[in-house]
Formats: sequence, C-alpha cells, structure tokens
Amino acid sequence: MITPYFVIIPLAAAFLIPLVSKRKTGPAVLLSLASTFALVVLSGYAFFGRSGETLVYRMSGWKLPVGINLVQDAFSSFMLVMVSLIALTSLVFSPRYIDRLGGDAKYYSLFMVLVAGMNGVVVTGDLFNLFVFMEIAILAALALVAYGGRAHEFEAAFKYAVMASVSASLILIGIAVAYSATSSLGLATISRGLERQSPILVLWVGGLFMAGFGLKTAAMPFHAWLPDAHSSAPAPISAMLSGVLIKALGVYVLIRFFYNVLGAPPLFLQIFLVLGAVSIILGVLLAIGQWDIKRLLAYHSISQIGYILLAMGLDTTLGMIGAVYHMLNHAVFKSLLFYNAGALETALGTRDLREMGNVSKLLPVTSGTSLIASLSISGVPPFNGFFSKLVIIIAAVQAGQPLFAFVAVVGSLLTLASFLKVQKFGLRGGRPVERLIGEVDGGMKTAMILLAALCLVTSLLIVPGIRETTIDPVVKVIMEKTGHAQIVLEK
Amino acid sequence: MSGLEFFVGHYAYWFVVALLVLGLYGMIVKRNFVKKLIGMTIFQVAVIIFFISSAVKKGATIPIADKAVGTAESGLYVNPLQHTLMLTAIVVGVATAGVGYALLVTIFRRFRTLNEPELMERMRREREAAEKQGNDA
Repeated sequence: MITPYFVIIPLAAAFLIPLVSKRKTGPAVLLSLASTFALVVLSGYAFFGRSGETLVYRMSGWKLPVGINLVQDAFSSFMLVMVSLIALTSLVFSPRYIDRLGGDAKYYSLFMVLVAGMNGVVVTGDLFNLFVFMEIAILAALALVAYGGRAHEFEAAFKYAVMASVSASLILIGIAVAYSATSSLGLATISRGLERQSPILVLWVGGLFMAGFGLKTAAMPFHAWLPDAHSSAPAPISAMLSGVLIKALGVYVLIRFFYNVLGAPPLFLQIFLVLGAVSIILGVLLAIGQWDIKRLLAYHSISQIGYILLAMGLDTTLGMIGAVYHMLNHAVFKSLLFYNAGALETALGTRDLREMGNVSKLLPVTSGTSLIASLSISGVPPFNGFFSKLVIIIAAVQAGQPLFAFVAVVGSLLTLASFLKVQKFGLRGGRPVERLIGEVDGGMKTAMILLAALCLVTSLLIVPGIRETTIDPVVKVIMEKTGHAQIVLEK
Repeated sequence: MSGLEFFVGHYAYWFVVALLVLGLYGMIVKRNFVKKLIGMTIFQVAVIIFFISSAVKKGATIPIADKAVGTAESGLYVNPLQHTLMLTAIVVGVATAGVGYALLVTIFRRFRTLNEPELMERMRREREAAEKQGNDA
C-alpha cells in the first residue's frame, strides 16, 4: 500500500533534517529535495498507474465504523501530484532566497511538515484526522509566514493565527454536530448516516463546514487574512500558500465534503455560485489598486479561487472539469508569479511596482517567464488559463447561468488589465534598470523555467484523448457524489 | 415542553453559546493583542466543552469493563471517544496559542507595545523612516 507513505516520507524528512544538518543547510536542502522528488514519483505513479482505483488503507487493520482509514482515489492522487510538483519547484527556488534571510535548516524542516499536513488532509478518510492534519499544516504555515523575521511579518502571522483558530473551532463544532448525529467520524459512514437525518441537521453541519473551510479558502467574505499573510511570507512559501495550501485545505475539502459526503445539496451550491462570483469581481478590483506586487498577487488568488468555487457550484460534469482544471492551472501560474516576485525582490530590493523599471535586458528569464504567467492568469491562448476559464464559461452558459458566465468574462478582462499594469511598471516599461543589487541564481531560474513550461504543457490537458486519462477520472470520483461512500465501504 | 423547561434542560448549550460570544467579543472588539489571544482561547475552550457535553450520560459508568455492570449493554458506559478527541484538540489548541504568544513576545520586544492602533502607527512610521533612508542612500 502506498497511501501512508505520502505522510510518512515528508514527516520523516522533517524530523531527520535537524539531525543531519546543524549549521550547514546543504544536507537539509538535499534531503528535502530527495523526499519531495520521491513524493512526485510516488504520486505520479498513483495518479497515472493506479488511475480510477480507490485505495483504502486501514490503520491497524480496523474496519470503518471503528478505525481510521486513509482513502486515496483519483481526486486525492490528483491533489498529491499538484502539491508535490509545486513543493519541488518551491524547494528548487528556495536555497539562495532563504540564505538571504539568514536561513537555516529549520526552514526545510517546517517546509516538510507543511507538505506532510497537506498530504494528510488530502488522503485521509476520517473527519477528525483531517482536522489534525489541517492544524499541522497551519502551524507550519504560521511559522513560515513569520520566517523573514521582520515586525510586520510577525503581525501578519498573528492575524493569520487568530483567523485559522476561529476556522478550526468552527470546523470542530461541525465535527461535534456530525458525530452526535451519526456516531461516526469516517467520511463514508457520515455520508450514510446523514442521509437518514433531518435536512435541518444537514444544514447545520454544512453551514459550519462552509464557514470553517471557507475561511481557509479565503473566498470573499472570509478573505481578510489572506493578503497580509501571503504577501508577508518568503516568496517560495507564498507560492506554496497561494498555489496549493488554500486548495488542499480549502477547495479540496469543500468539494469532497459537499459532493461526496452531503451529495451536492442545491442550496449550498447556490451559495458557492454567489461567493465565487463576488470573489472574482471584488478580488480583482482590489488587486488592480495595489502597488506592492505580492499583495497584488495575493488579491488575485482570491479572485481565481472565485472561479473554482463558481465552477463547482454549477453541479454539472463540465463545470467540475473546469473547477479541477483551473485548480491545477492556478497552482502552476500563481506559483510562477510569486517566484517572479521573489526574483525581482532579490534583484531589485523592492516589491513596489513604482520603483521597478525595465528589467527585460538584465533579467531575461524572470521577465520572460513572468510574461508567460501573466498571459496564463489573464486567460490568453494558448496558455493553460485560457482553456480552463473557457471551460468554466461554457459550463456556466450550458447550466443556464449566463449571468455568472458574464461575471467570469468580466473578471478575466479585469485580470488582464491588472497584469498589464504589472508588466508596464514592473518589468518592461519605464526607464531601464542599470544595476542589480542581488543575483537571480540558477535554482530560481530552473524553478521559473520549469513552471513556465508547465503553463504550456498543462494546456494540453484540454485535448480529449489526454483529458480522458487525467481530468476525467477525477471528475468521475466527484460526480459519483454519495455513491463514493458505498465504494469506500465495500473495499 | 414549556419554554422554561427547554431553557433549563439545555443549560450546557447556553453556557457554551455564552462562552462563544464572549470569545468572539474579545477577538473582535479588544484592541490589545494579548486580550485577542485570550478571546481566542475562550472560543476554543467553548468548543471543547460543547464536544464533551455530548458524551454526558446519566447513570452510566466509566468506560472500563466492570463485572458488576457486564458488557452486554453498552449504554451503561460513557462514550470515551469524545474525551480522547478533545485531548487531541486541546493539544492542538495549546500549540496554536503557543505560536501566538511566541509571535507576540517578538512583536513586543521590537515595539514595546501590544496595542493594535499604536503598533500600526509605529510600524507605519518605521516604514516611512526606512523609505527615507533608502532615498538618501
């Protein structure tokens, strides 16, 4: 069984790193790179080799109503591939950047704990286990947000800590209600149990989870913590937070819970539609006004998460294809954009767009990849963002929601406008920059080129033949709705 | 059931609701970061009490097999699961509070204040000073 290793490998690495490297960061970098690479290989094998299968691992051999189980299906494997890929590029990007912040081995240790927490959330089939993994990931994220050691970073981390603990408490109340009603904590058994309960109870559980995981997702009314936390973190960590953390802890759990456990109740899906639409528009409007490049990107995360929520609220197969596809694409291009911001910060010593200038001569890789990423996020063909947004817009029209399709189009245009601003002030326009204060090293360049290539490669997923082996099994798992519980219980 | 009976019969829930409101009030209204963190802890504790209160059973004994009670009727034992879950939740809560206090200690060492408006003002002034210095250089 490969499922438990997705948690064991990063957790073991996290504890080994402080042992093997006291002063030097070399062994820590190597160990963390090796374990993340192993995760990429394993998750790739799980996704492509065992696609369509549902693997259930019972801890200590106890069956479901009593024991805790890990469930790995196509959707989990898809998330694992995404998390490990972004984690790998983030680690490739890190060494030089973290050295500049006075880095030590603790960074890599915390990083691996973060990965372990996210992987745990994605593979677990037990509600309380999910809560614990979520807290592990959040605690590591808190420490990493404050890693730079400047005062406003501590302040942002504190705000994040308070918000995270409120959301964790709401989720815990939800778990208490669900447990009282069904006397079990397994997602599959809760799903069976809630079918027999009154709709008001489902409303309670759903509402509490929506608020709790909505806070983690940072959809519009719950977004206040995100711009501070994501822009204060070191660039590779911002990429992890915006790229995968809000999806593994937020969107993944929302989709899993509302589709596979509650069976897509229409009322909640309506709320997701509205939340998504509001996030798309307000997120991008707030982003346009920003001059700090990382804050601008953080507001864009809210807007792009809006697309995913809108697509998952449509309750159609095509909509779900759009949601899953956009999740992957957003992870790729948003991480790339944060790496660009990190490289610019290293080279120019500022994050303010007004103080930047034309760097296309001095930093060809950074400016080239940032152009690709900007075009991707704005939805310009042939990059990946265009295709996933197109799928979402078509799905919205087909589902009889032309208003929401219109919102998605407007959001995309506004995104383009705000990234024109980034390109004009930050990278291409203005007076040319004469000298750089820091060097963008090989690791950073490799990470950026890798993700820029992925921006093009992932747009191939729209080709029907490739889609059938990649996105379709994922969507099939989600659209089975509560039928998924049956499959898990029979295993 | 009359209104009064309903009210008295659910006293544990009203207590939890009162604690939740108190915790939220502390987090939102108070301007001092330590008070915010205390509000957060009260909020967490309220949730833990709510979870534990669902395990209460009248006339049941501790969940250790007892010959006098027998094992045929599981209803005679208290469900231990909620308590074990809450042990984990308490540990998690302590960890969050610990990180929170560690952050506050560092902020206090740097700025000598934990009052939110004052801290914002000092951070703004410091940023301006840093920008001015950058321009001079």
